[in-house]
Amino acid sequence: MPSLGADMTDATLVEQLVSPGDAVQRGDIIAAVETQKGVIEIEAFEDGILDNWLVDIGTNVAVGTPLAMIREKGESAAAAPAIPDIAPPKPAPPKPAPPKPAPPKPGPPDTPIPDDRPRRRISPAARRLAVQTGIDPSTVATRSGAPITRSDIAMLTQNDRPPAQTDMRTAIAAAMTRSKRDIPHYYLSHTVDLTNAQAFVSAENADRAPDDRLLLGALYLKAIANAVVKVPEMNGHFTDDGFHQSDAVHTGLAISLRSGGLVAPAIFNADTQRLDDLMTSMRDLITRVRAGRFRARELSDATITLTSLGDRGVDRLYGIIYPPQVAIVGIGTPAMRPWVHDEQVAARLTATVTLAADHRVSDGRRGALFLNTIDKNLQTPDTL
Amino acid sequence: MTDQDIETALTQELHRIAPDISLDDIDPAQDLRDEFDIDSMDFLNLVTALGKRFNLDMPETDYPEMRSFNALAAYLRTQAA
Repeated sequence: MPSLGADMTDATLVEQLVSPGDAVQRGDIIAAVETQKGVIEIEAFEDGILDNWLVDIGTNVAVGTPLAMIREKGESAAAAPAIPDIAPPKPAPPKPAPPKPAPPKPGPPDTPIPDDRPRRRISPAARRLAVQTGIDPSTVATRSGAPITRSDIAMLTQNDRPPAQTDMRTAIAAAMTRSKRDIPHYYLSHTVDLTNAQAFVSAENADRAPDDRLLLGALYLKAIANAVVKVPEMNGHFTDDGFHQSDAVHTGLAISLRSGGLVAPAIFNADTQRLDDLMTSMRDLITRVRAGRFRARELSDATITLTSLGDRGVDRLYGIIYPPQVAIVGIGTPAMRPWVHDEQVAARLTATVTLAADHRVSDGRRGALFLNTIDKNLQTPDTL
Repeated sequence: MTDQDIETALTQELHRIAPDISLDDIDPAQDLRDEFDIDSMDFLNLVTALGKRFNLDMPETDYPEMRSFNALAAYLRTQAA
């Protein structure tokens, strides 16, 4: 069970997507686990053959527990356990797996996101409750075509468990308590003129079909990733043995969920993606997260976080760093405000950008340079 | 394309994005984003889905004509006619 981010210590295995004897490649999605934040897909860490599953479906296990044994191709089954240190002791070494004649596969293991498998539409909250209560969603009768909702599942349960929302709130509380306890935050705020950035987006979108349109959020992601190059101590993890700066920029994007709560999974390599690719990544991530399905690595590997209030928020937010990261950038709701431009007071689209950063790693002077660099990057959107 | 077809399509696409909010609970003359609690990504997804369904471009410059449920339905009636 890989790390699932700062606030989760355990999860329940809900899907085994490959069978013993199947070949797996590093990055293949081989399992799904149920957590307080929804269903998370688990990727294989290495190439090889899946020898056997060590955890049954429905079992709740701690982070670090081996889920399955993967052996390298060509090795005998008994030779190389994937995680020998913490593998449970076995009464006898497993028999060498005979080459099986193509066992039936429960899912396509080599597609990155097996989301197009035929599946009943079910809300994330309902899925969580179904797992908690052991109800099989396929037995739920709903209006034809309507997604299964939480209340559909709840009607089939006789106990009065607290709603799944409570679990999400517990996870957020745990992470934020840890952050407020361990991280000496400092806060900076800076107002940024977004008129150029918005004009760039409007001009680009004029010729584009809705599928290809940009949002300001993609520009924020790129402007932050590029600023990290100049102030790299905003990007990385602070662990027991100090700060580890990250070369890659994996930007966690705070995404609110309709059922309440939020998660901040990562957009990988935001520094090397082109603007259009970032937009595609952002759209894909938000869609998957709101469908209640994302990947373990997306929760554990973010190196810095962006939280944006969008069009219907307020002027400014004060972020709380998501451990073990060391910085969070907050972008308030852009609005037309009086602003001095070309020595004249003019109505310009502005937004307040804030930074909360870790004083163990940086100080206000470097934080100010970071915010100023984000500002500068947003003034020349065509270079992003 | 009848008015009923358009209203049905719009209701279906909104339900996809905001399944927790029923059409009966909202004011169709008020701001769509507020009524359905949708953000700019949700709205872009709505425009994308409706554009494909009705084979319309739905340019950003027309967004002001799509402010409320009623306005968006009227826009689709005009454009898809």
